[in-house]
Amino acid sequence: MDYTIVVAIELLRAVAGLVLISTGLAIIFGMMRVINIAHGEFMMLGGYTVVLSAKAGVNIWIAMLVLAPLTVGLFGVLVERLIIRHLYGRIIDTLLATWGLSLFLIGFVAVVFGNKLEGVATPFSGIAIGEYSVAAYTIFLIGAALAFVASIYLALKYSKAGLIARATMQNPEMVEALGVNSKLVFMTTFGVGAAFSGLAGALLAPISGVIPGMGVNFIGPAFITVVTGGSSIIAGTLSASGLLGSISQSTAFLAGPVYGDAMLFFAALVLLRLLPQGITGRLFTRSL
Amino acid sequence: MSLLEVRNLRASYGRIPVLHQIDLTVNAGEIVGVVGHNGMGKTTLLRSLMGHLKTSAGTVSLRDRDVKGLSAHKRARLGVTLVPQGRDIFGNLTVHENLMLGAFGTQDQSARIDEMISIFPRLADLLDRKGGALSGGEQQILALARALCNRPSLLLLDEPTEGVQPSIVLEMATALKSISQTENLAVILVEQNIAFIQSLAERVYTISNGVIEQELSVSGPNGAALITETLGF
Ligand SMILES: Nc1ncnc2c1ncn2[C@@H]1O[C@H](COP(=O)(O)OP(=O)(O)OP(=O)(O)O)[C@@H](O)[C@H]1O
Ligand SMILES: [Mg+2]
Repeated sequence: MDYTIVVAIELLRAVAGLVLISTGLAIIFGMMRVINIAHGEFMMLGGYTVVLSAKAGVNIWIAMLVLAPLTVGLFGVLVERLIIRHLYGRIIDTLLATWGLSLFLIGFVAVVFGNKLEGVATPFSGIAIGEYSVAAYTIFLIGAALAFVASIYLALKYSKAGLIARATMQNPEMVEALGVNSKLVFMTTFGVGAAFSGLAGALLAPISGVIPGMGVNFIGPAFITVVTGGSSIIAGTLSASGLLGSISQSTAFLAGPVYGDAMLFFAALVLLRLLPQGITGRLFTRSL
Repeated sequence: MSLLEVRNLRASYGRIPVLHQIDLTVNAGEIVGVVGHNGMGKTTLLRSLMGHLKTSAGTVSLRDRDVKGLSAHKRARLGVTLVPQGRDIFGNLTVHENLMLGAFGTQDQSARIDEMISIFPRLADLLDRKGGALSGGEQQILALARALCNRPSLLLLDEPTEGVQPSIVLEMATALKSISQTENLAVILVEQNIAFIQSLAERVYTISNGVIEQELSVSGPNGAALITETLGF
């Protein structure tokens, strides 16, 4: 019985991990059709925000939950204004530009802060379930993933800003004729996506540690989750994370972690062969 | 002072010039028609007045204020709005959400939406439907109601009767006439349906190859015949 719970939590952890690392990318791709290759570096910046704030004596929770998304969100706004704005509708160009940005950020941070691993203390200790001990922080991350999805759902579905954002992505010219500043909406949306990337990087920092090149570990699985999920942000991220996360984690249990990662890519390959538009390109097409 | 004053306006798509010489005047509360054959630049004219298309020369003034360089949302906030040809309903949003976007800038959002529903009662049963799931005629009504939500002073209306059944055409004419009077709404109406235009407008401009050619007074009983003759329809 205890073992079942532990296994269930491990599966949920894998799924939650994918949700956390792919949400920011999914917002930016789903809303704006921009593939942000610098997504992993946005996460890294979130991680460094926590490291530096912690060194400065800021409360770890404030650093993770407030400062990291705020800093990276504002940075995202800057990136949208200076780079992305000029490239809308040109998928390859945005891809190359954000790739360049990603290399620049890795180099820049390495020069300024050094190319070494910085640790962040986990803010919780272990919880014992029977004879197994599960890190309380794992439970917290599962809750955080739920909060990610719930907050985006509620904002898009029920807030005025969410309504304006959805309409703008459908038809920017039409919303302009109704008095909406579409450029501002694009800028804000990119900023919100970046903020989620930064928040994810901050939340994962206690587990992954923080190093300039850390983004490389995240962009692959995040990208695959988003592509497998397809065009709808919430249904796509949830279904792809759920499917890929449980498949890879089960494989990891049975055969070891290396096989788990391989299985993630393999499962995505098979899914995309069957559903080229991603899961939500074929199923739940109308959902958020 | 007229509401809208356009002089020597020129506009192009990239390097292809489409509008060469546009001169027109619209007074507050007035419904003015624009007629011309297919491809003569009617839609382009409305899009450049809305601010969707950069104009390359000439002046556009709204209540004596130069708006030529303003982006579309700024013009919208000054009271200009557009019902495009093809309606451009937000297909993934519900009818009610479409109306909420229309009422985006108003203080009394829900009261204004209720008002629109009382003017266009067939929307009442459709509020929770997705815009994309409406018929063409229903979409046209919705597009009109959405544009009126924001209490515009100038409505740019592009071929609203295209593919719409006669009873809905009549509903639109009645609504436009009454709102134009009660709210001092001016309309630039691009139309191929001569009877519809003649029932609403007193003046009609003809456009040909991007040039406003004539101004016709069509309020008399021969108005419709005059338009038909002039255009050679
Ligand atoms: N996006 C575009 N790019 C290039 N040329 C265009 C574009 N849209 C329209 N045109 C050209 O501009 C000219 C005027 O088009 P416009 O749509 O304004 O005509 P219209 O009078 O509204 O026609 P209709 O009665 O068929 O709606 C046409 O020759 C058309 O081919
Ligand atoms: Mg047209």
